Amino acid sequence: MATHVRTAEGSLDLPAILKDCLMTGLVVFALAAPIIGLRTIDTPGGLGIDYRFDDVAFAVLAGIVGRFLLNLYWAYGGRRRPKAKTEEIAGGRAGAFMKKVGLYGGPAAILFAIAMPMLPFADRYTLDVAILVLTYIMLGWGLNIVVGLAGLLDLGYVAFYAVGAYSYALIAAHFDWSFWVCLPLAGLFAAFFGVILGFPVLRLRGDYLAIVTLGFGEIIRVVLLNWYEFTGGPDGVSGVPRPSLFGLEFARSSSDGPTFHQFFGLEFSSLHRIVFLYYVILALALITNFVTLRLRKLPIGRAWEALREDEIACRSLGINPTNTKLTAFAIGAMFGGFAGSFFATRQGFISPESFTFIESAVILAIVVLGGMGSQIGVVIAAIFLIGGTEVFRDLEQYRMLAFGGAMVLIMIWKPRGLLAHREPTLRLPPSRKPEAAPLAGGAS
Amino acid sequence: MEYFVQQLINGVTLGSIYGLIAIGYTMVYGIIGMINFAHGDVFMIGAFIALISLLILGSLGLTFIPLALLIVLIVSMLLSSVYGWTVERVAYRPLRGSFRLAPLISAIGMSIFLQNYVQIAQGARVKPIQPVVNGGIVVMESPNFVVTLSYMQILIVLTTLALMAGFSYLIAKTALGRQQRACEQDRRMASLLGINVDRTISLTFVMGAALASVAGMMFVLYYGVIDFFIGFLAGVKAFTAAVLGGIGSMPGAMLGGLLIGLIETFWSAYFTIEYKDVAAFSILVLVLIFLPTGLLGKPEIEKV
Repeated sequence: MATHVRTAEGSLDLPAILKDCLMTGLVVFALAAPIIGLRTIDTPGGLGIDYRFDDVAFAVLAGIVGRFLLNLYWAYGGRRRPKAKTEEIAGGRAGAFMKKVGLYGGPAAILFAIAMPMLPFADRYTLDVAILVLTYIMLGWGLNIVVGLAGLLDLGYVAFYAVGAYSYALIAAHFDWSFWVCLPLAGLFAAFFGVILGFPVLRLRGDYLAIVTLGFGEIIRVVLLNWYEFTGGPDGVSGVPRPSLFGLEFARSSSDGPTFHQFFGLEFSSLHRIVFLYYVILALALITNFVTLRLRKLPIGRAWEALREDEIACRSLGINPTNTKLTAFAIGAMFGGFAGSFFATRQGFISPESFTFIESAVILAIVVLGGMGSQIGVVIAAIFLIGGTEVFRDLEQYRMLAFGGAMVLIMIWKPRGLLAHREPTLRLPPSRKPEAAPLAGGAS
Repeated sequence: MEYFVQQLINGVTLGSIYGLIAIGYTMVYGIIGMINFAHGDVFMIGAFIALISLLILGSLGLTFIPLALLIVLIVSMLLSSVYGWTVERVAYRPLRGSFRLAPLISAIGMSIFLQNYVQIAQGARVKPIQPVVNGGIVVMESPNFVVTLSYMQILIVLTTLALMAGFSYLIAKTALGRQQRACEQDRRMASLLGINVDRTISLTFVMGAALASVAGMMFVLYYGVIDFFIGFLAGVKAFTAAVLGGIGSMPGAMLGGLLIGLIETFWSAYFTIEYKDVAAFSILVLVLIFLPTGLLGKPEIEKV
C-alpha cells in the first residue's frame, strides 16, 4: 500500500503523493457534497435545501491534508515491520507495563475509589458522575467476560441490563420485596434469559451470534414498549423503592423503624443515600471484577480463552464449545442483570428509553477501546468515555460519531483494543544453559 | 379475499426492497465471509441522496417525472457506490487477515459512525416529501374494499426485476462476474491466476451499495418519509432475508427478501402491528436454528 510514496531511487515521490492526495480530495468531495453540502431543512412549503459549500470545502481540505500527512507517515515513520510473534502473544513492553499497572495501580485505584466520598471535592455532582462511571465499569466488566474472554460478540447486552432493571422494579412493585432480595433474583432472571437466548444460537458462527443478539436486544425493548399491562409500556415503572442498609432507610423519617440518620445519631443529609449507592455499586463492580479474575484461572475460564483463539482446536481436545460459551454468556448476562437492578434502584424510574441499541454500543465501545479481556482497560475506557462525555456535555451530539470512528480506528491500529494483552497461561521455563543455544549449530 | 390480495401486493413491494438490500449482504458475505453491518446505513444514505436529488430537481423545475426519476436513480447509485467503496477501503481492507472479531467490530463502528454522521449533517428530524408517483390501477372491487395496485408499486417491482436480471447476467456471464465467483471459491488461488482480488472485493461493495441505494430511493418514494435511523431495522431485516434465502446465494437473497416482506405484511395485517419487528427477528432465530444453510444455500464446510 505504502509503496507509492518512494521512487525507485528511494527519494520521496512527490508527484505520486500529490496525485494520491488529489484523488482523496475527489472522493471526499463525492462523499461530502450530497450529505454535508446539501442539508434538507423544513420550510413552510415542505422540505427545502440549505447549501453549505463552505463545509464541503473544509471537508475536502481536511481530507487532502490528512492524506498528505498519512503519506508522510508512511514515508518516514511507518515502516511496516512484521510483528514478532512473541510480542503478539505476551503483549511486549506494553503488556509488561500493563501488568505493572495492574499490580500497583489496581489496588491504588481501589483504595482511591473507597476513599473518594470522604475527599473534600466529593459533592453531589461528582458522586453522581462517579456512580454512573462505576455502573458502566461494571457493565463493561460483565460484557468483557462475553466479548473479551469468550470472544462472542454480543450486541444486545443491554437486553440483560433491561431484564435486571425490570425484574427488580416489577417484583418490588408487586410483592414489595427489598432490593437485597431482588438483586440475586434479577441476576438469576438475566442469566436465565441469557441461557434461553444462548442455547439455540451459540452453536452458530460468531457473526450470526452478533446479529441475533442485536435482534434480541430489540425484541426485549419492543416487548417492554408494547406490553402495557405488565411493564407500563412507554410510561415505564416509577416509584422503584430505594435500597436500605440492613433495614435502615435513607429518609428523613420512616413509619417502620428508625432511619439511617436517626439510628446513628447523625444530622439528616440527602448525601448519605448517594454515598451509600456509591458504595453499593463499587462493591458490585469489585465483585464482578473479582469473580472474573478468579474464573479466568479456573478450567472454564481457560476454556473460554482457548475457544476465543481457536474453536476447532478446542473441539478436537474435548471441550464442548456450546456449553462453554453458554456459561460465559450466562455469567455475563447475570452481571448485566445485577447492574440493571442497581440502575433501577438508583433512578427510581425506568422506561424502555434507557435500553436502546446505543446503550449496547456504548458498553461494547468501552470493552473494545479499553482492550478485550483487559480489566484495567475497561476502567480507563469507562472513565474516559462516560466521565469525558459528562464533562463535554456541549458536544453530546458528536459523542456517538466519535465512538463509531474510534472503534474503526482502534480495530485498524490495535485489533485487540488499546490495552489488551494476552497473558500466556503456560510459559516454558527459560533454558538452564542459555549459552548452549548459539553453539548448537557448530557442535552438531 | 380482497384484503388478502391487497396485502399480497403490499408484501411483494416491501419484499422487493428488502431483496435489493439483501443482495448486498449476501454478495459481501460470499466473497469475504463477513457481515457488513454498515450496509443498512449505506441504504439509508442512498435514500437521503435520492431525497436530496429529488428536491434539487424539483427546485430546478424539472417536471417530466420519468426523466427526473432516472436522473435520481443514476445519481444515487453513483454517489452511494462511492460510500460503499470508501467503507470497504477504510474500515475493512486494512483488517483482512486480522483478529476474528476485528472486521465485525469495525463494521459496527462504521455503522454507528454513518448513522451519526447523517444525523449531524442532515438533522435528526424525519424528512417527509410529497408523493412523486401518484395513481394506480384498481385490480379488484367489492362493495366494501377496493384493491389497488399503485403505479409506485409497479415501478418498484419492475425496477427490482430489471436490476436482478442485470446483475444475474453480470455475475453469470461477464469477466467481472467470473472473477467474483473465483474469489468467492478461493481467494488465494484466484490471485495466483492473476485476478486482482482487492479490486474485485471493492467492486462487490460498489455493486452492493448501488443496489442498496436503489432500495433506498424506492423506500423514499414509497413511504414518503425517512430519517437517519431507517438503516438499522431495514438492515437487520434484509440480513434476515439473506440468511433465510441462504447466505451467499443471489437468488436466495431475493427469495428471502420476498418472504420476509410477505411475512411482515401479513403479520401486521392479521396479528399485531406493534410486534412486526419481533416477527422478523424470531424468523431469523428460527431459521438459524433449524435451517442454518437457508433455503437455497450451500452447506458450509469447515476446513482446518
